[in-house]
Amino acid sequence: MADELVLLNVWPSPFGMRVRIALAEKGIHGYVTKEQDLVNKGALLLEMNPVHKLVPVLIHNGRPVCESLLIVQYIDEVWRNGYPLLPSDPSRRAKARFWADYIDKKMYGPGRQVWLATGEAQAAAKGELIGCLKVLEAELGDKPYFGGDSFGFVDVALIPFYRWFSVYEHFGNFSTVAECPKLVSWAHRCTTERDCFQVSS
Amino acid sequence: MESQEVKLLGFWVSPFVHRVEWALKLKGVPYEYIEEDIFNKSPLLLELNPVHKKVPVLVHNQKVLAESFVILEYIDENWKQCPLLPQDPYDRAKARFWAKFAEEKILSDGAWRAARAKGDNREKALGSTIEALEKIEGELKGKGKFFGGESIGYLDLALGWISYMLPVWEDVGSIKIMDPTRFPATAAWMSEFVNHPAVKDSLPPRDKMIIYFEKRLKELEI
Repeated sequence: MADELVLLNVWPSPFGMRVRIALAEKGIHGYVTKEQDLVNKGALLLEMNPVHKLVPVLIHNGRPVCESLLIVQYIDEVWRNGYPLLPSDPSRRAKARFWADYIDKKMYGPGRQVWLATGEAQAAAKGELIGCLKVLEAELGDKPYFGGDSFGFVDVALIPFYRWFSVYEHFGNFSTVAECPKLVSWAHRCTTERDCFQVSS
Repeated sequence: MESQEVKLLGFWVSPFVHRVEWALKLKGVPYEYIEEDIFNKSPLLLELNPVHKKVPVLVHNQKVLAESFVILEYIDENWKQCPLLPQDPYDRAKARFWAKFAEEKILSDGAWRAARAKGDNREKALGSTIEALEKIEGELKGKGKFFGGESIGYLDLALGWISYMLPVWEDVGSIKIMDPTRFPATAAWMSEFVNHPAVKDSLPPRDKMIIYFEKRLKELEI
């Protein structure tokens, strides 16, 4: 029986983008995307994600999976014969999960604040965000991708936010390429070398 | 068999550390416990976890791991006996989902916040904590002794703090959060959890916890 896959998403969501990238890396293109209205939430979203009422939600054969990083892990576990998003070694998997968690815990909040806040709150957020990007850049080091030679879980977790770098730069008045040149090179590498970026825009 | 040297940096009252200890005990993995003073962090802690500077930190054959949920999954993948997460990917996603939910809504911003807060802040924190507990109660209904059925697992370890730490916070904060008549499945689960062989002899003494949290409440009042 063919798998039925439905993705509930909003097109600008970096979290939704993680799921789209993961599916593309596994060669899964036959799924339906249902664009959601997050102001007037539809019945399907409320039924499939009653706890958070947020996107993305991946509905696989009628069963919903929520939270972007959990969805990416789910995709990796179900389609385990496809491109591996997480390494097989437990300590490398742990490292990947640690850094993906770091991105969500430490980068997302300050990034949003740089965009939305003003004055002192914005200045503090900017300091935190740049600090966080530098930590990520140090972790990347001279590796082509966070996982080493292959594009993987942490790259999937972070690359959707690359689009937001220009937003942070504009509102926070700083230059990512000046602060974190290796990170910007990494982002260019991802978006030019991975097929999935040639399809989605 | 190669030596499996496991060290755990912890703090005696940290629920994040406790869940790692339970996992190691359940799997029968011997480990060396190193107590950290989190108010006076050692050079070792700062060297092993420079990113967050927090416990728990697990060191296994020179590999260093931090963040309790990351450590739990590592333990589960490295030592196959007594599996913590279910086998099925959908059930695994669900267990991880509820662990994350409870961490965010009941632990971090929920019960401890409610215990410390006054006035409107207290009402708000209490309301959202109870709302979150209702969802957990829903997950427990009809499950058996534990979230996964008859055996203790990942989600039990993730929420285990509720069974022994939440009553302490209720006491020091003079606040009722977990009403057994409102949350009968959760109350029953709490009793099963604290009496589980891997848990019951490893909990910190209640009177010591009361003293500690009374002090923290005064320091962190909101």
